[in-house]
Amino acid sequence: MISLKNVHKSYVTGSNSLHVLKGIDLEIETGEFVSIMGSSGSGKSTLLNILGILDNYDEGAYYLNGSLVKDMSEKKAAKLRNEMVGFVFQSFNLISFKNAMENVALPLYYQGVNRKKRNKIALEYLDKVGLLDWADHLPNEMSGGQKQRVAIARSLISQPKIIFADEPTGALDTTTSYEVMEILKEINAGGITVILVTHEHDIAAMTQKIVRLKDGRIDQIIKNGDLKHFQHQYAKELETA
Amino acid sequence: MFDLDLWKEILSALKKNRMRSFMTAFGVFWGIFMLIIMSGAGKALENGVMDGIRAFASNSAFFWTERTSKPYKGFQRGRQWNYTNTDIEYIKANVKDIEYLSPRLFGPRGYEGDNTIRGKQTGSFNIYGDYPDFFKIDPWTPLKGRLINEIDILQSRKVVNIGERVVEVMFEKDEDPIGQYLKINGVYFQVVGVIKGETRVNIGGGRKNETIIMPFTTMQKTYNFGDDVHFFSVTSAPGVPVSRVEARLKELLKSRHKIAPDDMQAVGSFNIEVEWKKYMGLFTGIQILTWIVGIGTLMAGVIGVSNIMLVIIKERTQEIGIQRAIGATPGKVIMHIVAESVFLTVMAGYIGLALGVGLLELLNIALEAASSDADSIFFRSPEVSFQMAVGALSVLVVSGILAGLIPAKRAVSIKPIDALRDE
Repeated sequence: MISLKNVHKSYVTGSNSLHVLKGIDLEIETGEFVSIMGSSGSGKSTLLNILGILDNYDEGAYYLNGSLVKDMSEKKAAKLRNEMVGFVFQSFNLISFKNAMENVALPLYYQGVNRKKRNKIALEYLDKVGLLDWADHLPNEMSGGQKQRVAIARSLISQPKIIFADEPTGALDTTTSYEVMEILKEINAGGITVILVTHEHDIAAMTQKIVRLKDGRIDQIIKNGDLKHFQHQYAKELETA
Repeated sequence: MFDLDLWKEILSALKKNRMRSFMTAFGVFWGIFMLIIMSGAGKALENGVMDGIRAFASNSAFFWTERTSKPYKGFQRGRQWNYTNTDIEYIKANVKDIEYLSPRLFGPRGYEGDNTIRGKQTGSFNIYGDYPDFFKIDPWTPLKGRLINEIDILQSRKVVNIGERVVEVMFEKDEDPIGQYLKINGVYFQVVGVIKGETRVNIGGGRKNETIIMPFTTMQKTYNFGDDVHFFSVTSAPGVPVSRVEARLKELLKSRHKIAPDDMQAVGSFNIEVEWKKYMGLFTGIQILTWIVGIGTLMAGVIGVSNIMLVIIKERTQEIGIQRAIGATPGKVIMHIVAESVFLTVMAGYIGLALGVGLLELLNIALEAASSDADSIFFRSPEVSFQMAVGALSVLVVSGILAGLIPAKRAVSIKPIDALRDE
């Protein structure tokens, strides 16, 4: 599904160049539930943005579903994003003057689905995340957890192959975080690849595979079986902290 | 296809910046409003002036005599002279390229007192002796009765055509002037027609509706003018510029009356063709000026629109980022912004256009009401042509697109990730 080969990325601001990704090799199979971890500045968000075709990279190769993603025209990238991937952001990124239903329906608008049909589909997806009664509410009338669920519904409506979630629980309390994670788990159980960025160990522990980044390189990949060990180690880290 | 979502978004975007949208739209509104008002006013001036001379045969020239300004062949300067009947006959017989030639005599204006009497009524009017051909050069329409004709000339009949003001002064309200008699400078004339000039410029000065026209021959004989001719009008044959005929006639008349060939004053003349061109040039100039100023004002408004769009895009960077992250193509984003800009410009411009035209219409009504004294009005029927309105609207649409294009390009040049990060 996803294959990264020696991907480099630098941010150039004026005369300063910041080398963020220093050669990433990564394989992610269809249906995996992956979390990317790392301290701030380790490049995890950058990696996610590259995977989600929101950002481009300088060197190496990125194959999405077998086709090379590099130097794409904006139009093509937009189309691919619309069809292949769904995004969930830390700050929800709902459009403030549209109600929940319209927000969810937006990706279908860009696919040219007519109004009636896309609103009907949007209601179905809102129902899936348990917010059918909130369809007419504007984002500022909802709690953080509700907003994130609307954002998840929006990411699902275009029936993507992959969901990218950038710190989906970053702005939520523990209880709502776990609710959101439950929804993501369900989505993953439905066969959709889910890749999330987080710095919370307990959230990462709910995924099947953890990719730890350190200084722009992959430091460690922890598979499902090793999670116990990881939790143990996490506990030790807490103690020393 | 009518895209409801697009319009919903445009309206909500404009509503969020109500004041700024209004001020910006006002710039465009004002530009087009000024363009329409100025153009209408220019056109009104043109209509006012051109209406006055439009009906004149555009290939006509008029001749009168002045004192000579140079001594020549034993004559001193400052000599008074007149055209004669033989001049007219000679010209008719020998000068080609003349279509109509109509000599005229001026009767006493009667500044010292009234020159026209009927019973107890008296009045002071412009008295002319004319040939029927004159009506082909400076057209008059008979409101009642008939115009002076060839038989009146041949028989030197004592008949007159009179203007409307003459009727008002000399006759009772419900009286029919036709067949009645007027005593003009001591001689009785029968009224055979009430006439109205189609042009508003009166050759020889005075008001056109205070005119009395009698047959040329009658006037010459009755008032002892001998074979004097005070004035004559000519039109050139079709296709011949009247300026050429004018020059040739001047030369001829100078030589017949022993006037120095380089005397610029003695033969007075006036040529509609030249005046016409002068006026056309003037009004074209006014229209061009109007457009320059109007477009300039409009440009300022359009730049305002472009500016507000840039601000809107700055404010909505994140929103645009979200839209692009979930699949909006750059084309969609550009389309959205340009549509918003065009909407703003065209709405504002259309209101400006409508109000401008409305104001001109009101002005027109006011002018019509005030123009009972039509002869003296040189400002009438302010109007904007349909082409002008369509032209202005297309300028608006084009400028709306241009105003939107720059901000739109800016919006899509931002990468979706940068747009999302912007907080």
